[in-house]
Amino acid sequence: MTVLCLVEQADDGGVADVSLRALTFARALAESWMNQKTASDPSNGSFTDGGDQPTGADVAGGTGGVAAVVFGDAAAAEPRLSEYGAGDAYAVELTGYVPQAWARALAGLAAELPATAVVAAGTDHGSEVMAHLGAITGLPMVANCVSAARNAEGALDLVRHRWAGSLLEDAVLDATPALLTVAVDAVAAVPAAEPAATAVHAWRPELDDGDLLVRATESAERSAGVSLATARVVVGGGRGVGGPDGFGVLEELAGLLGGVVGVSRVVTSEGWRPHKQQVGQTGTRISPELYLACGISGAIQHMAGCLSSKHIVAINTDPDAPIISRADYAVIGDLKQVLPALVDAIRARSS
Amino acid sequence: MEIAVCVKRVPMVGGKIVVTADGQDVDTRMSGFTVSPHEECAVEEAVRLVERHGGSVTVLTLGPPAAADQLRDMLSLGASRAVLLETDGREWGPIATAEAIVAQVTGAATDPAASPDPALPGPAVCPDPALPDPAASPAPALSDPAASPEPALPYDLLLFGNEAADTGDYQVPVRVAHALGLPCVTGIKNLEVTDAGARAKREYRGTEEVFDIPLPAVVSVKEGINLPRYPSLPGRLRAKRATIETRAPQWRADGLTKTGLRVPAGESKRAEILGNGADAVPALVALLDELGILS
Repeated sequence: MTVLCLVEQADDGGVADVSLRALTFARALAESWMNQKTASDPSNGSFTDGGDQPTGADVAGGTGGVAAVVFGDAAAAEPRLSEYGAGDAYAVELTGYVPQAWARALAGLAAELPATAVVAAGTDHGSEVMAHLGAITGLPMVANCVSAARNAEGALDLVRHRWAGSLLEDAVLDATPALLTVAVDAVAAVPAAEPAATAVHAWRPELDDGDLLVRATESAERSAGVSLATARVVVGGGRGVGGPDGFGVLEELAGLLGGVVGVSRVVTSEGWRPHKQQVGQTGTRISPELYLACGISGAIQHMAGCLSSKHIVAINTDPDAPIISRADYAVIGDLKQVLPALVDAIRARSS
Repeated sequence: MEIAVCVKRVPMVGGKIVVTADGQDVDTRMSGFTVSPHEECAVEEAVRLVERHGGSVTVLTLGPPAAADQLRDMLSLGASRAVLLETDGREWGPIATAEAIVAQVTGAATDPAASPDPALPGPAVCPDPALPDPAASPAPALSDPAASPEPALPYDLLLFGNEAADTGDYQVPVRVAHALGLPCVTGIKNLEVTDAGARAKREYRGTEEVFDIPLPAVVSVKEGINLPRYPSLPGRLRAKRATIETRAPQWRADGLTKTGLRVPAGESKRAEILGNGADAVPALVALLDELGILS
């Protein structure tokens, strides 16, 4: 029994935080498999037809449990893989991001082991590679799972996001291997109780020219300044800002608080601000210490992008706006009066 | 160039999602419908490409009969042909959806009656005169059967949204690309048709990824690639009169069975009200201080 987990590397070669979450998810899935198997017929080792799946630690040289797949420097990732309980790591030598080739490598490895599930973080790369894997294998791929556990019938009980997490779907998946992406903002990264002695293997996928046709070339240029996705403070503006000229006071406040301005979808749809500032389901997901949402009603499309904020403070004229029931604190009033007074108060305090 | 764009009818959910009493669907009795935001941008991108390079845009949807409304919305933005793959209202999974799309876009090639008909009422699409004559520009692979292993496909580009607003499955375009043997890029925020094919760009973790791909290809885009136009009055009138071609593909299960939908717990807390208007500023400053924001 092996759950394969696609691991994305951070810029320093370590494991990206989203992949630590995916590894945590994969470990929980592997444990549910083990528990379910001991609780029911121990010979029933397969999701679908029972019996013919190799059990436990005897699969293709792997130790069973969670096996990480790394496209790049497995040695740099190894300490974190060990901490998160990956008994094996498969290093695939492929230069750059080549989505179909990555999927081909996962497909080959999943067949070889064989894997009972393949898991990846629901990032742009993870979702894309897993979609290719679904297409290559002809199997269902379930996006943005929150939890997965093997049930008494040997299928998987899943909970997954719809509407970017504003709605949950309960579902049953009957397919082997199970192909799943993990809703990255819904699962916390938790190290294993016992670190694993991670065995690193090389894996050479069989690729044809078609697998290598689409390949990313990355520009070295990184956007300067604080990014919306990682900002500690976000000052949000919505329809209540009134127009493209109303954002000066939000910029000023964001500057004072060491943060950045984010906006709701209506603001970008009206062309008041560029789309890269949009917070929401179709924009950027933020997770600041403070989200100060000004003149934003709180449509679910917007809330899907900011619910990972530690504290939400709303400033809104309407005490019945949906955002009031999602925020921690609120000021009922017009941002055009509240924000200038707030800027003055903060300036007075620091001088 | 000939472009097909796939769109999906989804409820306009506004401030709150309500689930039906049987727990199986989103309650849409009080909501309107729209297409997913990424897909509206895909249609806009297709219309812009055709305005530059000539050709026409076909919009395709799989959904209930009422999804014809969304097709007409897309026709009013500049698409010239619309195809409805009609369902009985059941949800289709991504595997079955991709199969139905593949059958439609390839079947259209073998059935002359279903191929893009220049006589259909469509917007007069004139390539920008400042640009090189599209007839003189490099021929898309399609016009040269020897250059394409899939000569049946009557499109140079299949455009999708990156993921549907409701189910967010992230995979229909990739599955369609594999079935047709076409290259595929997803999540694209900038698309240019070049002499060699297409150059597509997207953001990834603060950097820009660039993909150079030959055409025909499958591309999924994200909102922000453009700012969709408002429909013009002539566009609306044309859309109202347009014929919507309808097919009825066969539903099939694809391995994932929905057992129910629910709204996550903890949705209806109530914010602590700090005060009204500018009078609330001292309390707000005290709060920011307490949260460590001012230090």
